[in-house]
Amino acid sequence: MSLPITPSQTVGPFLAIVLPWPDGPFVVPEGTAGAITITGQVFDGAGQPVTDALIETWQADPDSRFDHPDDPRGAARPAAAGFRGFGRCPTDASGQYRIVTLRPGSLPCPAGGTEAPHLDVSVFSRGLLDRVVTRIYFPDQAEANAADPVLSAIGDQARRGTLIASAVPGGEPGQFRFDIRLRGDRETVFFDV
Amino acid sequence: MTADPHGTGQHGVASGGLILPRYERPDGVHPPLNSPEYRSSQLRAPAQPLVPMPQWLTEVTGPLLGAERVTAADSDLTTRHPGEPLGERIIVTGRVLDSGGRPVPDTLVEIWQANSAGRYAHRVDDHPAPLDPNFDGAGRCLTDADGRYRFVTVKPGAYPWRNHLNAWRPAHIHFSLFGRAFTQRLVTQMYFPGDPLFAQDPIFNSVPDPKARERMIARFELSLTEPDWALGFEWDIVLRGPSATVFETQEDA
Ligand SMILES: [Fe+3]
Repeated sequence: MSLPITPSQTVGPFLAIVLPWPDGPFVVPEGTAGAITITGQVFDGAGQPVTDALIETWQADPDSRFDHPDDPRGAARPAAAGFRGFGRCPTDASGQYRIVTLRPGSLPCPAGGTEAPHLDVSVFSRGLLDRVVTRIYFPDQAEANAADPVLSAIGDQARRGTLIASAVPGGEPGQFRFDIRLRGDRETVFFDV
Repeated sequence: MTADPHGTGQHGVASGGLILPRYERPDGVHPPLNSPEYRSSQLRAPAQPLVPMPQWLTEVTGPLLGAERVTAADSDLTTRHPGEPLGERIIVTGRVLDSGGRPVPDTLVEIWQANSAGRYAHRVDDHPAPLDPNFDGAGRCLTDADGRYRFVTVKPGAYPWRNHLNAWRPAHIHFSLFGRAFTQRLVTQMYFPGDPLFAQDPIFNSVPDPKARERMIARFELSLTEPDWALGFEWDIVLRGPSATVFETQEDA
């Protein structure tokens, strides 16, 4: 049996009625040992902050595992208590979001090779008729990033760079910044998954 | 090798590597991101073409958010305030399926909508229609073992917006669904049958295929209607499904 799928529609301007959760930004509870913070702003094609977007993240746990039956290595409960793998944060009046999580481990690829530590990201907003998907990689994983098949497939060095978070200048270790430019100058790479 | 999509984790590990389910890429179903008729897409839709991405471990898994996210009261939008909301009371129910026809059980469904006057309980909605103190327009539920969801709410009103002169959104309920994998995530809108506003709505019409547009419209269903109480509407939602047979996804590499 093959059923045609339901089309996507925009999340519109009023997603905040239900989608933000009080614990949404916390992939792990605040104060978890080794927690990192990823903050960033979402910008539109005019360089203006997008104040009504929703960012969602999905990632492996620090041991490179997923608590999910379709992981062929077997579902694995994360070692860190309360690790959900999933983060969700609306952007605020300055277009900013924040996710508190643990560093994901690197992942084996189906036919060999290794994916560098990364988070998959969905961006929803008014003006987007479907989510757009990107990835966050880490700036201190140069070797792993260079070997990552998804990053390497992007020929343009500057475009590839839009997928790599930066360390927050003067920030504590584990504080990263990842801005998302939906369109135009330094446009973030978005994927068709 | 036979897949075990959403099953018990009995996937094999091939000698050459991991065996993963594979989600079909829908062609010509979703609206193009660049849809100039929908004005706010012009500054927000990416200008660069999307880069193909393989479906590997992060993409074929996803959050399995469960019962801890919902209470039974969350699926009835008419009983969470001291009084009853104004408007036509309706029951909206249906199944969440994948494109293989398999039900998607235990998946979180979140909805939000305008009240019966076409006004959202949200600070940026300045449409001069009344707010309803007994309606906030937010609902959540988990699908059951057959993939069924069910909400009790009121029929949302149509509302004006500034996309073009005299632009009105047809009545709709916003739906957000997770499915079981990152690839299945879907945010969409459910419409009501026979709405005269379809023809002028660039969001509804952003879906290029008329047959696909029809799949966003619920069906009035007399047998779901509860006599002397609420009208019944049925709407099934179909998410991308894993193919029945999986191979090593070498061609993705
Ligand atoms: Fe709406």
